Amino acid sequence: MKALRWQGKHDIRCETVPDPQIEDARDAIIKVTSCAICGSDLHLYNNFIPGMKHGDIMGHEAMGEVVEVGKETKKLKVGDRVVIPFTITCGQCEQCRRGNFSVCETTNRNKAIADKVFGHTTAGLFGYTHLTGGYPGGQAEYLRVPFADTTHVKVPKTLSDEQLLFLSDIFPTGWQGAVQCDIQPTDTVAIWGCGPVGQFAIRSAVLLGAKQVIAIDRVPERLAMAKAGGAITINFESESVIERLNELTGGKGPEKCIDCVGLEAHVSMNHPDTILDRAKQAVMLESDRPHVLREMIYVCRPAGTISIPGVYGGLLDKIPFGAAMNKGLTFRMGQTHVNRWTDDLLRRIEEGQIDPSFVITHTVKLEDGPAYYETFRDKQDSCIKVVLKP
Amino acid sequence: MTQQRTLSRSKSHADGLARGLGWFSIGLGLVEVLAPHRLTRAFGLRGQERVIQAYGWREIATGIGILAAKDPSPWIWGRIGGDALDLATLATGLNDRNHRKENLGVAMASVAGITALDVYCATALAAANRAKPKARPLQDYSRRSGLPRSPDAMRGAASDFVTPADMRAGYPATPRDPVRPGAMSRA
Repeated sequence: MKALRWQGKHDIRCETVPDPQIEDARDAIIKVTSCAICGSDLHLYNNFIPGMKHGDIMGHEAMGEVVEVGKETKKLKVGDRVVIPFTITCGQCEQCRRGNFSVCETTNRNKAIADKVFGHTTAGLFGYTHLTGGYPGGQAEYLRVPFADTTHVKVPKTLSDEQLLFLSDIFPTGWQGAVQCDIQPTDTVAIWGCGPVGQFAIRSAVLLGAKQVIAIDRVPERLAMAKAGGAITINFESESVIERLNELTGGKGPEKCIDCVGLEAHVSMNHPDTILDRAKQAVMLESDRPHVLREMIYVCRPAGTISIPGVYGGLLDKIPFGAAMNKGLTFRMGQTHVNRWTDDLLRRIEEGQIDPSFVITHTVKLEDGPAYYETFRDKQDSCIKVVLKP
Repeated sequence: MTQQRTLSRSKSHADGLARGLGWFSIGLGLVEVLAPHRLTRAFGLRGQERVIQAYGWREIATGIGILAAKDPSPWIWGRIGGDALDLATLATGLNDRNHRKENLGVAMASVAGITALDVYCATALAAANRAKPKARPLQDYSRRSGLPRSPDAMRGAASDFVTPADMRAGYPATPRDPVRPGAMSRA
């Protein structure tokens, strides 16, 4: 089959590889009908997250049709149409039973490494380093789904791939980012980053009833899409984020702040900390560029909430934790507990409350994927979300 | 077993070369900053230690620039300029009084070799950049709401959603009447 494989920094190749096989009785194999490049794939593309090996198959946003099931797979049958959550879950461990699917205790087959690096293991993830199991990803013609009975969302044939695909990650991720804020009708919610997750966080905050949603980015097309979704926009290249946020909140700052940027904050002369972070990153003295975190901690209203769906990878410098502590901020973060939200979100899509396909700007063949990693990273050609068709 | 075959790829050969040159720059820069006396002694350029150290800082900055930039081309051209400066500085030692002229010759040949590599890299990066697909004009996404009605009309449409207990905020939904310390916990 054809698959997009990581072959080093900035080196994604479409290659032919052996088709996946059933390896465990709880597996299923799906024929991928649509998959997507995620913003967090760019962290691997740029080699900021350790634990990739040459030849690893990329991708954690995929859907398709079941073509084979293992003997112990009971809830799926050949022909079922499924979206595959990026988190692999057993459904039986203590964390899964609490709904904390992204920290499933069972599915990371490299638990020993994760225990050493994180202290305790997190869930296995598709196509996302050997730290989270080294499972081949979904940017391929076929995908092996481990723990298939619990690692799927069955979807109806009445909706298109484009409406459903993002249940695999970015829609639940934006949703959880907003839910973690426990949005009240009096809240101002500030969202950093108008990439795909940011776009879903904006719409989630609106649907959940925030009084005011403010979106921060610098790319005009992304800001236009954010505005279309109901956000007041701030272009951080031409305005002071802190001044504008204070202006829009009567000088008090937003009650809820959501970081949809993560470890690769934009490097800009206007923000000298980002230049220092980038220089340190280049010579491996720091793994992440946490400018957004610093800004959020500074501007968030005392006793407010900071929600972090954006991915961070390792060690962050100069975090103003004194401000966070003294202001009594609440931090909520984590990889998305996808299955916790998908039933509810699928219902909302079916009812027409939201059509997630709005975010797709490019649909290309799987073979064209490598070039579109760069297009997406550089935000060229008005690119916001790339869907790949195997 | 299916034979593995590459159908397309995202990285040009020049990207890897640029990265190598970036690390080389940092390594050379560190030597120049930390051991200028050894270098000036070896090349018969005594008295030029400060200059060598300054060049070392330049090398380190260029190396970081190459490693950190999305497009390292300008930094590689910066390296080429730096190479010219290095050659000019080394050439000042080409006189009969210098007993280390042989070492100097080797150093100049090495710099010339690296310069050729830099020029090759810059040219290859430019070719790779030219081969990239042409971008369309800026797209207009101002109508892409994803919502069936205006955002204002959809505000609160998901208010049937109940925030799970483990994700509720510490910040009270609405300010209460002024209270005595401790009263909130009994409310």
